[in-house]
Amino acid sequence: MSEATLERGINALKEQIDAPVAAFFSSCVSCGMCAEACLFYTETGDPKYTPIYKLEPLRRVWESEYTLIGKIKKALGLHKPVTDEMLEEWQELLYDSCTMCARCSMICPVGNDIAYMVRKTREGMVASGNAPEGVKGASMRAVTIGSPMGVKLSALEAQIKHIEADTGLKIPMDAEGADYLVLLSSMEIMNFPEYLEGLAKIFKQAGISWTLCSTAFEATNSGIQIGSTDIARILVQRIVDGAERLKVKNVISPECGHAYTAIRWDGPNLIGRPFTFRVLHILELLDELRAAGKIKTKDLETDCYTFHDPCSLARKGGVIEGPRRLMNMVTTNFAEMKDHGKMNWCCGGGGGVSSNEDAEELRIKVFKKKKDQIEETGADVLVTACANCRLVIEEGLEEYKVELPVIGLSELIADHLVVDEAQAEEKG
Amino acid sequence: MNEPMDFLIWTRSTAFDVAVTIFVIGVILRLFEIISLGRKQNLAEAKGTEFGPGMRTIFSRSVPDLGTFRRQPLTVVTGYMFHIGLFISLIMFVPHIELFRATFGFGWPGLPTPIVDAAAVLALIGLLAGLWHRIMNPVMQKITTFEDWLVWTLTFLPILTGYLAYHRMVDPYPLILGLHVLSVEALMIAFPFTKLMHTFTVFLSRWYNGAMNGRRGVES
Repeated sequence: MSEATLERGINALKEQIDAPVAAFFSSCVSCGMCAEACLFYTETGDPKYTPIYKLEPLRRVWESEYTLIGKIKKALGLHKPVTDEMLEEWQELLYDSCTMCARCSMICPVGNDIAYMVRKTREGMVASGNAPEGVKGASMRAVTIGSPMGVKLSALEAQIKHIEADTGLKIPMDAEGADYLVLLSSMEIMNFPEYLEGLAKIFKQAGISWTLCSTAFEATNSGIQIGSTDIARILVQRIVDGAERLKVKNVISPECGHAYTAIRWDGPNLIGRPFTFRVLHILELLDELRAAGKIKTKDLETDCYTFHDPCSLARKGGVIEGPRRLMNMVTTNFAEMKDHGKMNWCCGGGGGVSSNEDAEELRIKVFKKKKDQIEETGADVLVTACANCRLVIEEGLEEYKVELPVIGLSELIADHLVVDEAQAEEKG
Repeated sequence: MNEPMDFLIWTRSTAFDVAVTIFVIGVILRLFEIISLGRKQNLAEAKGTEFGPGMRTIFSRSVPDLGTFRRQPLTVVTGYMFHIGLFISLIMFVPHIELFRATFGFGWPGLPTPIVDAAAVLALIGLLAGLWHRIMNPVMQKITTFEDWLVWTLTFLPILTGYLAYHRMVDPYPLILGLHVLSVEALMIAFPFTKLMHTFTVFLSRWYNGAMNGRRGVES
């Protein structure tokens, strides 16, 4: 990447402005309602975390470059310019205190999609060298090593060997012509190998042809978190190349929120052409298998289970009803949180916040919202479908001394899966 | 001829023409300024449509999310009071309709004046309460700029002067009526260049929000 300067930052912001952004800024009446939708404001009471306020750098560039009155103000020297000092100050607002969860975008009375604009403003922060070190590090590792956590293929291979030895299940690698290419997040490889094990079990039962890809196993995309189209494109291209090399029909995004956004929604736009394959979140696939009668469950739990909607999946991805149908496959006692689905509260660790050390204290503080929400349900177990949410929630609950198991939904389906039903039927 | 009458005549002729011209050209220019920026073609396979959900959001955003409403009811209540009060006073007051008819050749039936009168009071109270809220609320304090105070004043004055004129509370009458017309003209001139534009752009921003979310299969 070329050297980051203020000028490049401002140019990047200029390039990001489109008709929706101009309409959004033109419509804002400074009512402040977005603050009430943001856990960084509700849990701290600090007005600087008001979502629309976080966009001030982008707003200034829009005003001075794309409005008549702004151009006049600029010519007369009345315009407040975006400065290095300003962007430095805004780093906390745009990264530490925003997960791009888009809850504010759902409630803004004039319809401003604030998260859409935060994502755009981060492009300017990267170009001007104002992104936080932690997120920068994750992005560099993703580009150079292939994973934001520095997980290499050898680590995945070791996990595969382990799982194969433990379960006797086969985990295919680089199987050309498979129907489904399964992607993983580094967190799943390192912290939650039960995810991959669960998939192997489910896919075997459902009779699905699937594979992993040695050159494209990492689904996460630090580029869309830090706000760098260049990095995001490199990371998505790896997946596209891998999927096209293996000629798969579908690519499965793992239990990760932003990976789904990156591949499903941003991917084709990043590489500049539609995909030759379909992209599904694992929960969408499981719901399809359920509907087709290919997976059945047994021994349903009677304990109270609740579900945390990952923001990128529900509010930003429309995967809302499927997870509920799947929850009802594993428990007879499913309790919704008060605000759920598209109005769910973020765990506080999305959008790169969990890899940003500067944000750690704040993240724990605002996690109180999720903790309260979970406790209110009286649930015995929390289920989610994002490895990042899962880790952030586990850590948050520990900080608040709440003992509650947190489980991935796919893994839970695998645990309750009716195996070898076909054989059993034949015998019967 | 007396001075207040001359003033009233001026506000209704020269000043009116200038204000309407700036308003109309300005609004068209601003809308062009926004829409001409365009949107990049979206290459991701859509989960839902854009147009319908966009239209739906134009209406649905008028109803606040209940949880958010509970956290900040005053913003919503004062907003409703002011907007409803203003719209009734503006478009259902018989003299306003007659002015419209004289200009464009058609009109519509108005509401009885006591109702319009109540609407104006509702709008004034809504605006005053909103102002108080803006001064007291820490979030609003943080994000309020000079422009917000300006547009508040520009919106408040026409309603206040209209109310005073209707009730003949200022003597001579032509003076207060002239001030009423002048305050509307000030509002019209500032309109295209301030956030008063949200009157029109709210349809764009709500539509974009609904459309972009609709495409991803989310009702927003």
